[in-house]
Amino acid sequence: MCLAVPGQIVDVRDERGIRMATIDFDGISKDICLAYLPDIEVGDYAIVHVGFAISKIDEASALETLQMFRDLGILEEELDVTGGVS
Amino acid sequence: MSERKRVEAMAWVCPVPLRQYDRVLLGHGGGGKLSAELVEHLFVPAFGSAPEHGLHDSAVLEPGEGRLAFSTDSYVVRPLFFAGGSIGEIAVNGTVNDIAMSGGQPIALSCGFIIEEGLAMDTLGRVVELMAGAARTAGVSIATGDTKVVNRGAADQLFINTAGVGRIPDGVDIRPDRASPGDVVIVSGEIGVHGVAVMSEREGIEFGTRVRSDSAALNGLVGAMLDAYLDIHVLRDPTRGGVAASLCEIAAAAGVGIKFEESLLPVPAEVAAACSFLGLDPMNIANEGKLIAIVPPEGVDDVLNAMLSHEHGAGAMVIGTVNDEHPGVVTAVTRLGATRVVDLPLGEVLPRIC
Amino acid sequence: MKYLDEFNDPVLAKSLFDEIRRITTQKWSIMEVCGGQTHAIIRNGIDQLLPDDVELIHGPGCPVCVTPLGVIDKALDIASRPDVIFCSFGDMLRVPGSSRDLFIVKSDGGDVRVVYSPLDAVNLAEQNPDKQVVFFAIGFETTAPANAMAVHMAKERGLDNFSVLVSHVLVPPAIEAIVGSPDNRVDGFLAAGHVCSIMGTWQYGPLVEKYNVPIVVTGFEPLDVLEGIRRVVAQLENGEAQLDNAYARVVSDQGNVPAQKMVEEVFEVCDRNWRGIGQIGVSGWRLAPAYRSFDAEYRFDVVDLDAPESELCRAGEVLQGRIKPNECEAFGNECTPRTPLGATMVSSEGACAAYYQYRRLTGTPVGI
Repeated sequence: MCLAVPGQIVDVRDERGIRMATIDFDGISKDICLAYLPDIEVGDYAIVHVGFAISKIDEASALETLQMFRDLGILEEELDVTGGVS
Repeated sequence: MSERKRVEAMAWVCPVPLRQYDRVLLGHGGGGKLSAELVEHLFVPAFGSAPEHGLHDSAVLEPGEGRLAFSTDSYVVRPLFFAGGSIGEIAVNGTVNDIAMSGGQPIALSCGFIIEEGLAMDTLGRVVELMAGAARTAGVSIATGDTKVVNRGAADQLFINTAGVGRIPDGVDIRPDRASPGDVVIVSGEIGVHGVAVMSEREGIEFGTRVRSDSAALNGLVGAMLDAYLDIHVLRDPTRGGVAASLCEIAAAAGVGIKFEESLLPVPAEVAAACSFLGLDPMNIANEGKLIAIVPPEGVDDVLNAMLSHEHGAGAMVIGTVNDEHPGVVTAVTRLGATRVVDLPLGEVLPRIC
Repeated sequence: MKYLDEFNDPVLAKSLFDEIRRITTQKWSIMEVCGGQTHAIIRNGIDQLLPDDVELIHGPGCPVCVTPLGVIDKALDIASRPDVIFCSFGDMLRVPGSSRDLFIVKSDGGDVRVVYSPLDAVNLAEQNPDKQVVFFAIGFETTAPANAMAVHMAKERGLDNFSVLVSHVLVPPAIEAIVGSPDNRVDGFLAAGHVCSIMGTWQYGPLVEKYNVPIVVTGFEPLDVLEGIRRVVAQLENGEAQLDNAYARVVSDQGNVPAQKMVEEVFEVCDRNWRGIGQIGVSGWRLAPAYRSFDAEYRFDVVDLDAPESELCRAGEVLQGRIKPNECEAFGNECTPRTPLGATMVSSEGACAAYYQYRRLTGTPVGI
């Protein structure tokens, strides 16, 4: 329901009392509002929805999830070999 | 054509007789002295010297033997200038490309301006110079034209219509309904670039990007492709509606199915990123310097090699094939290996939130 | 893009498909609540690659699609007025009201503009002091903080020419309406990751316990969706029902607290009609009394404007997985993607629209 994509904060500034930022989506830059992520800093990645950063991406957790998928792949391969099921 | 000074479009300076008007007046389209000055000091110098027998109500062409391709298109672009192009180049390249999609080499274009009263003379001058430059690059003359000025509010700054004729070489028969099962679908390079460049400057959506419009005349590329292999079945420039709309139209016209691999579509990272955050699909985004070619299998190598060695086809890719399994329907094989139906977008492509 | 591309990897997706296939021993019906997940499923063809025993039911989580006819008619009425600049997210423009849509209003002279963010509408109000700028504030919990901030900012800046037409809906009451229905056939839910990034996961614990149903907070890329499905199936196969978070890189238990606070300040809970489903108690937000002066319904006096939903449309039953789209008499006849009657045909990823496209592919006659 809610299209939101990850981008990297490239600069942070104050505009009329509101914390704003420029965010980079792979070469596309966009001004967004940081009011809901008061602690986020330049270099961090955030999920952005309709011009607002709504959640900081937890890098460690992302890597962990991907590692889990890779391990699953190895497991599936082993099962495939031992079980001989195609 | 006599030698004339090349003018740098972005540094265009209004010639003396026009300089006293920094904006276009209703009278510049009225057929009187002001109109004549516009023709004499702007259009004729930009588009080339006046014909031998002087200006006349129509241009006289000598088409020679064979068939002609004839096409017209109207250009309404907002903003008028955008990264990598303007309404001027689009107005020339668009019609040149429409002619080229029948295999035609353009001979001459006409050009009609509908100008909103009050348009800055400099803006008109820049657009005209950019058109002239695009016509030179495409190797086509702008042979006849017309200017109308309408009341403020009756048009949005500047509308341009161009029409053109081109000669179709003997033995060439290119049309959408020739797509046949077994044919191969080629796209000439990275898609979605023009649409993203224009969208980035559109009010309400604006974003920063280095993406520049791919606006280009494709008649040279088409000539090279036909030199390599004459029996190309279909050519299409995927402008509004993007690659998806073009493929859907071809499938419907020929009563064939078209199936392509999504992972083979050349989508630049920035186009993918812009589409991601706006919720759009790169295959629905407009292109102005790309074409889709549908070629019988025996011609694929020749056509592809000709494309790859041409500047406007350097990113050419085979993306799919024509089949008889699902007539009229276009399908995409997704990255995960599933098959989904690709539909014609209903209307304007708009950013989504959901 | 970083954090997107890695979660699109076809090789890792294949291991997830294999694992789901390996652990599935019987038929399960899983609902992805969120329209964004439905989009990912249809766009990537995930549903075609799952084992036959795992059925996905596309839930009611598209705010555009579930916005009731009555509210759309209010929007059309307001947008038609000569002094109004009506701002909306792009996907609302095509949604039909009783007789028109926003595109038609625009062609009739209405000043309808697409904006990316509600803050763009606030800026328009500032730049056009002689116009009334109205923003169509739709959305689930994810969008509410942005819309709340727009209203809050307008108030702080004293912009009395700004107002919002609110049609906010909430996920947990919709899940409860489905799972609590006597003929519910959903075995497990994928909860919407971006909604949870705002609200946290704590709201779902009571639902898991009360209805003994697995709920897994899930992201939006293909691997995320597959992992959500895998975790639901694993729970179901083990006879468990737990709240689980498969989108931990974005979602925390407590959610985004500053955003929740802003929403609490600007909005209050209310009952809402859902297009194609009907009224669900305490399933929406409206402006709180302190912000009532920014409510476009009052400002333009359209509070009582209402429109009956189509009597033919059975979107509610489709959304709950009770009937297939083609079992509705209107499917492919009165109701097509061009002339949608209900939520599920409005969006191109809605269950009915997706079914319609699939039938084109297989050459099955679409109408009856």
